[in-house]
Amino acid sequence: MDIKNIYHIAQRAMGAQLVRLNATASNLANADNIASSPQDAYKPVKPVFETKYFDLIRKRGISTVDAVSVEKMDVEPIKEYKPGHPMADQEGFIYRAPVNIEEEYVDMLEASRHYQNNVEVISTIKALMLKTASLGK
Amino acid sequence: MVNNIKQQFDVYSNALSIRNKKNEILASNIANASTPNFKARDVDFEVELARSLNNGPLKTSSDSHIALTTKYLPGKVQYRQSINPSVDGNTVELAVEQMEFAQNSVRYQTTLDFVNSKIRGLLSAIRGE
Repeated sequence: MDIKNIYHIAQRAMGAQLVRLNATASNLANADNIASSPQDAYKPVKPVFETKYFDLIRKRGISTVDAVSVEKMDVEPIKEYKPGHPMADQEGFIYRAPVNIEEEYVDMLEASRHYQNNVEVISTIKALMLKTASLGK
Repeated sequence: MVNNIKQQFDVYSNALSIRNKKNEILASNIANASTPNFKARDVDFEVELARSLNNGPLKTSSDSHIALTTKYLPGKVQYRQSINPSVDGNTVELAVEQMEFAQNSVRYQTTLDFVNSKIRGLLSAIRGE
């Protein structure tokens, strides 16, 4: 989708920040997930942001942002020795999801702040456009 | 006569269009506040306005020439010098962008108010009040 006006800029930026919030929510929801093998353990996901320009060739001027993909982080699950655990493997280990809760919180706060900034942009632009439309009245 | 009235608004329409363009650029910066390696951009209002006033419609030397009507050509977008560069290569500083955006919006509104008072003045002159 191309960028037609300032509303598209904010709309897509908000969409990207929502993807980020969703990723954070998914990470936090799975923070205490336990698996029987390192392969099955939950890996935190992070969105990849990319600038999308209106001028695709020269890459300048107005632009917006898209979350082009959501990638799994390359981190090892936390190995814990719990022989009596129902999920433990033959050697008595369980594998905890390596979610860094502080990092996710900070991400969540930043994403919601950026979302709010875009909302602010839209409400300001809307007020200005309405005022422009009623010129001379 | 029509041209005279049009001339009254020329500088305002140029100013509004540059302010609008500046707002779009600033909105792009705010949208990309968390994109790694994004460089914040901005346009210089004074320079652009001066340029737009000098860039009149192309002069025609014959009646069969077609005059170009676009007065305001796309302006020059520059990169912002960041105060505190960040490690991920992003030069957007939200405080700066928000301040610029607020300032630009207020100036846009002020220009609108100027236009409104101009319209009122012209109307009262036309009505002979």
